[in-house]
Parts: sequence; C-alpha cells; structure tokens
Amino acid sequence: MTLEWMYWTVPTAIFFISLFAVLTAMGIWQALSPSVERRGFLPIATTPGDRLFIGIVTSMYIHLAWLGFTDFSLWIVFPIALGWMIVVMIWG
Amino acid sequence: MDKWENNRAWLLLIPVLVIVSFSAIIPLMTVVNYSVQDIMGPGNSLFVGTEMFQSVLRDSRLHEALWRQFLFSGLVLLIEIPLGVLIALAMPKKGWGVSFSLVALALPLLIPWNTIGSIWMIFVRPDIGLLGAFVNNVLGIPFDHTAKALDAWITVMLMEVWHWTSLVALLAYAGLRAIPEVYFQAAKIDGASGWSTFRYIQLPKMRGVLTIAVLLRFMDSFLIYAEPFVLTGGGPGNSTTFLSIYLVKIAVGQFDLGTAGAFSLIYFLIVLLLCFVFYQVLLNVGKGAKR
Repeated sequence: MTLEWMYWTVPTAIFFISLFAVLTAMGIWQALSPSVERRGFLPIATTPGDRLFIGIVTSMYIHLAWLGFTDFSLWIVFPIALGWMIVVMIWG
Repeated sequence: MDKWENNRAWLLLIPVLVIVSFSAIIPLMTVVNYSVQDIMGPGNSLFVGTEMFQSVLRDSRLHEALWRQFLFSGLVLLIEIPLGVLIALAMPKKGWGVSFSLVALALPLLIPWNTIGSIWMIFVRPDIGLLGAFVNNVLGIPFDHTAKALDAWITVMLMEVWHWTSLVALLAYAGLRAIPEVYFQAAKIDGASGWSTFRYIQLPKMRGVLTIAVLLRFMDSFLIYAEPFVLTGGGPGNSTTFLSIYLVKIAVGQFDLGTAGAFSLIYFLIVLLLCFVFYQVLLNVGKGAKR
C-alpha cells in the first residue's frame, strides 16, 4: 500500500505526529495517575483531557483569526497559541 | 459513589477505533494534506502553505453562506424543538392510537433525502404542484420558489420542518413515556396546573432526550445538503446556498481540492466548537437543576 494518494507533506506530517504523540502521552499519564475533574478559570469543571481539547481547538481558532485578520507570518502567532495552550492546561 | 477503575474495558473499543480510523480519521488527515497544497492532478501538487486558508477566510461568499447557515439552523431549532414537544404532549398514551401515530410520524424519516427534495420540488411548483398551484390560483398569492428568495426560504423551511419534526416528537415522546406515573399523581395531589406539571416534571425529565434532539437537529441542519440541492439548487441566486452546497460547488464543480480542503476544515472546526458548547451548556443546565 502506498500513501501517495494522501498527498503527505512534511508540515502536515509533523503536525499529526506531534498530535498523536501528545494524545499518547496523555493516555499514558491517565493510565499511570487517573485524572480528576477540577475548576480553573474556565467556566466548567474539566479533566486534563478536556483542557487539552479546549486548548487545541482554541489555538486553531487563534491561528485562523490571525490568518483571516492579519498578513503577518504564522510564526508570530504560533508561540502565542502554544503559550495559551500551556495556560489552559495548567490553570484552566 | 466509588467505582472500580478498570481500564481494561477500553480494549473492547479497539474494533471501533480501527473502523473509525479508516472511515473518518484517515480521510480527515487527507483533507488536512489537501488543504495546504494546490492539486493540479494525480501526483501533481504544489505546496502553498496557508494560502488556501487565507483566501477562504476572506471569501465574502463564504461569509454569506455561513450566516445563512446559522440563520437556517437557528430557525430549525426554534421551530422544530417546541413543535416536536407539543406533538409529543398531544400524542395518545394508550390504545391503537399509539402505534398509529408512531408509524405516521416515522414515515417522513423513512424517505430518502433526495426523494424528499423531489417531492417538495413538485409539490410547490406554481403550475402543476398541489401546494404551489393552490396558493397561486385559489388563494391568489404569487408564490414561486425558483424566482423569489423569500419563497425559496419558506419552501426549504417547510420541507425541513415536515421532514424532521417527527424525530424530535418521537424522542420527546420516548422521554415522556419514561416518566413514572407517581410524579403525575403527586402533582395531582398538590393541585398543580397543567403548565406547572409540564414546567417542573415533564420538561426536566425530558432534558436527556431533548439534549440529543437539539444536538442531532443542529448537526443535521448545519450539514444539510441533499434536500435544498434538489429543491432549489442553492438558488435563486445564492439565496439558499448553504455551506455544504457551496463546498461541493468548489470541490466538485471547480475541482479546487486545496480550497475545498481548507473550507472543510474551517467548517469542521465550527461544528466541533458549537457541539462542544451545546453539550456543555445542556450538561450544566442539568447540574444546576439537581442542586
């Protein structure tokens, strides 16, 4: 089976590898120390998995907003989104 | 309440994971790959980065389709949920009427979506359609869904409500039937009015099924394609071009896979966010009621 029909590119491969790596890491963490729901600054009680989901989805929106409203490079917004994800994961 | 943590049960989900990865995850990954390239033909593509996303995000026709889609889904929920609950409340609770009304309600749900579009297209035609000819000739109101945007909208909404209110009614009816009789006896003893019985017993008890109804109806109406495509083809003009119709125009009509990929991903993100918000809101409404 070749994967040519999927039109892989290096950036998208890196994106998916890191996404699956994060998911696997979160899965192992969950298996080693089961998570508990708690309240942070977000209006709902969340588990680390919920916060990961919220973090990823909101960072995608941040990227899209950047693309839609500005003409600057995405490399400027990437650290901002990453920082936001870390904030959500720790204090969310 | 303490429960045993037994994570081995998760292994039972592996078959589902395998099927879903073939039917959803791998195609979605492919769409992500498409979205960063300009694909000229098989094996012939050019990496363009986020150019497609930028052009899609600034496409005014997409903005119009998006607002149209929100308006449509909002109207669908506003009409179908209360109407479905009303129908469920009015349905008989025992006797032959139960089976009759269940079958009658299920009929629109059994018809293929393209056929629904065809049925309504003929039904509202001003020259030969039963409804269209009646409104035009007997009532004397000029009505043409192929020429006027408002008429097209009314037709699409009528079709949608006719097609899917049954689902809400069936779900609400299932929720109503699951309420133990003692609640109604207690309400009767307290001398509760019909409205307060509905407000404080039936509605809270239906929360679960109504959550599912709202989510299903929102998702289906947000992703609607076949029926308006057959009925109006997105016209007149662009007045009933919903997101999926516009998407197919780009992907199949213009064979612009990169743009269509970027468009689909943005579409997917919107659906994902809205479902998450809906789900959380409905989940937390319940928590507040219990305290």
